[in-house]
Amino acid sequence: MTIQLPIQKEEVVKQKRIALTGNHAVALAVKMARAEVIAAYPITPQTPVVEKLAEYVNNGELDAEFIPVESEHSAMSAVIGASAMGARTFTETSSQGLAHMYENLPIAVGMRLPIVMGVAVRTYSAPINVWGDYSDVMSMRELGWIIYIAQTAQEAFDTVIQAYRVAEDSRVHLPVVVAYDGFWTSHVLQPLDVPEDEEEVVKFAPVTRNWVRLDVDNPAQLGAVGTPEWYWEIRWQAVEALRGSLKVIEEVDYEYGKRFGRSYGLVTPYRLDDAELAIVTYGSVFGLVKRVVDRLRSEGVRAGALRVRVLRPWPGELFKKLLSHVDKVVVMDRTINHGGPLYGPVAVELGATLARPIYSFLATIGMRAIDSDMIYEAVMKVHRGLWAPGYTYTVGLRGGYE
Amino acid sequence: MSEVKGRFREKIYIRRSHISLPGIKVAEEYPGLYEYANFELPQEELFLPGHGLCGSCTIGVIARHMLKVLGPDTIVVNPTGCAEVSTVVYPRTNWAVPWIHVAFGNGGSVASGIEAAIKVLKRRGVIDPGRKINVVVFAGDGGTADIGFQALSGMLERGHRVIYIMYDNEGYMNTGIQRSGTTPLGASATTSPAGKKVPGNVTHKKPMAAIAAAHGIPYVATANPAYVHDMVYKIKKAAEVDGPSFIHILQSCTPGWRFEPKYAIRLLELATETGYWINYEIEHGEFRVTIPIPKRKRVKCFLELQGRFKHLKPEEIETIQKIIDRDVEEINKIVGKEVIGPVDPELPCITPRGPR
Repeated sequence: MTIQLPIQKEEVVKQKRIALTGNHAVALAVKMARAEVIAAYPITPQTPVVEKLAEYVNNGELDAEFIPVESEHSAMSAVIGASAMGARTFTETSSQGLAHMYENLPIAVGMRLPIVMGVAVRTYSAPINVWGDYSDVMSMRELGWIIYIAQTAQEAFDTVIQAYRVAEDSRVHLPVVVAYDGFWTSHVLQPLDVPEDEEEVVKFAPVTRNWVRLDVDNPAQLGAVGTPEWYWEIRWQAVEALRGSLKVIEEVDYEYGKRFGRSYGLVTPYRLDDAELAIVTYGSVFGLVKRVVDRLRSEGVRAGALRVRVLRPWPGELFKKLLSHVDKVVVMDRTINHGGPLYGPVAVELGATLARPIYSFLATIGMRAIDSDMIYEAVMKVHRGLWAPGYTYTVGLRGGYE
Repeated sequence: MSEVKGRFREKIYIRRSHISLPGIKVAEEYPGLYEYANFELPQEELFLPGHGLCGSCTIGVIARHMLKVLGPDTIVVNPTGCAEVSTVVYPRTNWAVPWIHVAFGNGGSVASGIEAAIKVLKRRGVIDPGRKINVVVFAGDGGTADIGFQALSGMLERGHRVIYIMYDNEGYMNTGIQRSGTTPLGASATTSPAGKKVPGNVTHKKPMAAIAAAHGIPYVATANPAYVHDMVYKIKKAAEVDGPSFIHILQSCTPGWRFEPKYAIRLLELATETGYWINYEIEHGEFRVTIPIPKRKRVKCFLELQGRFKHLKPEEIETIQKIIDRDVEEINKIVGKEVIGPVDPELPCITPRGPR
């Protein structure tokens, strides 16, 4: 998972190993990054994050304003206001909460506000289902946010800190979302290393306050009317910033590795070098996928895997580089792209990137349980030619397409 | 309302009279009413000319005086509405203070975030802790009473130190005169048109000031740009209290109310003179009518100048008069004396101009 970097041990800041759930790891990262305004509304499965943050604030461990807003729409509105005022902000949500704040999400992009948001992913209603799949965060793909998808509590912790540095970089100034599996990551107690000295985090990601702000000494107007004569140019700056942020994301990830000893890259490849079949997925299930790869290898199938860590901006060139030699690319999507060309969103995007037919299947929808045997069987169907590219199959669905 | 006349009979919905807040007290007599209260306003203009508001729109009057009172250390949150689309069209602006527009329904929550940020940035030494920065929401009736209602209520309930100014033109004027929660009974709007069966809007104004007051916030007022001294003094008071404040300001809309532009202020004056609009304040729970009207004009005087009421039959105007009478009666009951007088049918609708 973690890319080994040629780093001298003594350069890495001192860490301590603790056990936290993904949610509490995120809360700790936000605390260490010294967020200034936190506005949030409870929703399963992210609630423990904001509960923990409220605890930090009320115990005096974090000098911040916690606004217990009356809805997610107001949570995003309040962090937009606070960020516009120049504060470092945080909010977190899931599923319907994200949908409720949706109107404000592209506004944060247009105003170029470096908001950091966590999403413990959860599927959309109906039927109401509080469990984790990636429906919510996938519906943010077109909006202009930087989207990270973390695999573990450790990575979620590290990514939140990286996110502040990326968002507030003067070359970026865009909001960032850090997504991770609802329950499978958010509620599972995992070991992780965190810096002993919290100061190191702020040293790594100091608040830059160099974005356009509401300043009474230098009045600016945020959110002006952009007529057809101007809208496109203004919005296009955000498009270019998102495109350019890829470099900053890599740079920050590398710097983070040097300082804290952990780097993740834009994507995480596994045994891909000589692979003839690659399984592409995202989130916590990558551990299972790696196990499947090992099993396939032991049976003589040259398999590999790839985890998407940065979904936006889409690291297309990297996918081309890593997957061009692979004969069969199988995407295991974890949300339904209703009525799309393929029913998995990442399969569609990867197909467009590689310009060839992609093998696609859906799994873990509504957090339907999955194990490595199920993934193995699905991949074997691809390997044996039982499944065709250009169609979406299902794994674990009663009466589905297997 | 037992006696409902005219075409209203079929569909009318009249809420109970509006100020009935439990535990409300009457403020002591005030030496010199606000209309004559005076203090110096700066010459400096912070709401600049050259905006795109309609001819004779009174939003400009409110915005200009608001900033004269609040001064340059003010951050304006302007939810979607007429004021927003007519004053900040890239690359120009009419605001010489920091201004933000996020969306339609979130003025209260954006301001909450700004106020919280100011607090924490003061603690962290980014903003001078001794500097008073006003946060004001300048929102229309849609952005306040309807789509922005939840955000407003949350902001008031959490006690953010924000001045919320609602300019009420009694409809969604920005999108082309649709009815809103504050549209009065009988007004013809594009989504409550005057029809053969239903004579326009069938409900009467949502009592926003009373609703805000029910949150127990320190300062709530209603104001009217025709009584500008009263209005600016209320804005000044709102800025001085420690906590949220809410001012509901009636604002005449030339194309929405359909009147001759020269009547913009005269019409607002008539609103108060007829008892249609009562200027009061609720300061720390104490109620005070700031513009007493010894003798009222008939509400017909206010209605007949406006195209949106042109379709009403005499008995329908009578129903509106009854609602006004009922509201006035309630105000008088609270105050304990006749602060708004009875209708005097002899009074001419347009009083000749002169020193008041």
